[in-house]
Amino acid sequence: MNLAENTPLERLFNGIVKENPTLVIVLGMCPTLAVTTSAMNGIGMGLSTTVVLALANLFISLLRNVIPDDIRIPSFIVIIASFVTMVDMLMQAYTPELYKSLGIYIPLIVVNCIIFGRAEAYAYKNKPLASFFDGIGMGLGFTLAITVMGFIRELIGSGAIFGNPIGSLPEYAPAIFVMAPGAFLVLAIMITIRAHIINTIEARKGIRLPVTHTDEEGSECSSCAMRMSCAGKFQKVEAMMKADKEAKAAAAKPAEVKPADTKPVDAKPADTKPVDAKPADAKPADTKPAEEKPADVKPAEEKPADVKAAEEKPAGVKPAEEKPSDTKPAEEKPADVKAAEEKPSEAEEPSDAESSGTENKDEGTAPQSALERLKAMKAADEAEKEANK
Amino acid sequence: MSNTTLISILIMSMLINNVVLSQFLGICPFLGVSKKVDTASGMGAAVIFVITLASIICGLIYHFILHPLGLDYLNTIVFILVIASLVQFVEMFLKKAMPALYKALGVYLPLITTNCAVLGAVLLNVQNEYSVIQGIVNGIATSVGFAISIIILAGLREKMQYNRIPKAVQGFPFTMFTASLMAIAFCGFSGLK
Repeated sequence: MNLAENTPLERLFNGIVKENPTLVIVLGMCPTLAVTTSAMNGIGMGLSTTVVLALANLFISLLRNVIPDDIRIPSFIVIIASFVTMVDMLMQAYTPELYKSLGIYIPLIVVNCIIFGRAEAYAYKNKPLASFFDGIGMGLGFTLAITVMGFIRELIGSGAIFGNPIGSLPEYAPAIFVMAPGAFLVLAIMITIRAHIINTIEARKGIRLPVTHTDEEGSECSSCAMRMSCAGKFQKVEAMMKADKEAKAAAAKPAEVKPADTKPVDAKPADTKPVDAKPADAKPADTKPAEEKPADVKPAEEKPADVKAAEEKPAGVKPAEEKPSDTKPAEEKPADVKAAEEKPSEAEEPSDAESSGTENKDEGTAPQSALERLKAMKAADEAEKEANK
Repeated sequence: MSNTTLISILIMSMLINNVVLSQFLGICPFLGVSKKVDTASGMGAAVIFVITLASIICGLIYHFILHPLGLDYLNTIVFILVIASLVQFVEMFLKKAMPALYKALGVYLPLITTNCAVLGAVLLNVQNEYSVIQGIVNGIATSVGFAISIIILAGLREKMQYNRIPKAVQGFPFTMFTASLMAIAFCGFSGLK
């Protein structure tokens, strides 16, 4: 289907089929899972989201030249929240039944990832008319997906179609499908089927479809609400953490290949007392982690082992003391673990240092090699498939 | 208000009505940031931090400003603005005052602005007509429930990372199947009622 870009019809098609928010982009999971206990709920939720989505898109697009870039997120929030409040009050007045069964999920449309995502990714950059239809298309795609899901869950879980029980089916219906686990299960199966269809088409045609692949590397962000506004900040930091770890591992290797220096290090335990006293006055400096890094990376090149060990000791002791006070700093952990591992390796006999060093290395490389093996396996599989064709 | 109600709120929100596995709030970070236990616990800690603060501040605003003035219909707008600015403010404050904590939580804070668990917890406080204290307890319990489930999921995913799984099930669907089994397990807690 070839449609001109950004025309109303193309936007509708895009929202319902090509970039279906639930099944393709996998956004807005909370309402998808929560309200799909019946098909009727699905329709209600979907349509109210559609209204909010279309109007918010329209207004954000109209105001896109007025809203400064820096405060666009709060502005979006205000615009979206206003429309959600309107929809909330209208539903309370005219469809009290539905309002009751959707409950808290109506006001929670505010934080629906789809709306934010479209505002940021589309409406803020495009003309009002196209944005309006983009909102309607996305909304209808969402409605369709959650209605189908509600239909399936209602049929299996309570033996009814749109609230009408079928014969004596309700008596045998496994109620777990309308309970929480059923929601996860049905969605998992739906997305599995989608992935299977895509994989089959791709394998048959030997092409790669322009859709989101949920199994890709770094898909950590693909299901996140904020990926539009955090602009990959999280991924960047993750990458930095990884690079950091690797640099440290590289620095640790040469540091351990200095068995000659370990003798003076053996005397260290005696020294630890004054060193132990140090953390007390050094502790207030919370910026330690920042200093730690250069200290960890450098020692390999310049310092004699004693000095280095003396420096590393406090560095090792401090994080350990910091840990209980803080709430498990995620980023520092690798540093902690490493410091803790390094300490014994240097304070004890060279042989021990060697072995623990190699262990250390193994730990670092094992998952990587496993990953490589996995990748190789995947590649082999694919090659086989190609050959079969 | 007796202690029993507080304890029952605590257990209800933490285990029985677990925010992720039975109320489906905060699904996005639950699925997105649960690849490693490290990051999952960081996210959990950040959520505990923000929800607790948000339920204190929103509780005070609701009970002393909005409700007395009959402005209940502004709840959603006010709460989401309070949460969004709170997250920004907390981020700036931590950066200046507590760099260590900022380093640990900083990455996750911007991810929390539109986390529906935060707004959900605050709105539930209002819907259930909790007092300020009850609301705070509910907030803490909700967020701890979130932290528990995201860390468990991350642990499971770490274990199963290198299993061979059919191609179509890899990634997202597989996580959902895992979550489904966890939800079944958490159904067991409903016996505590």
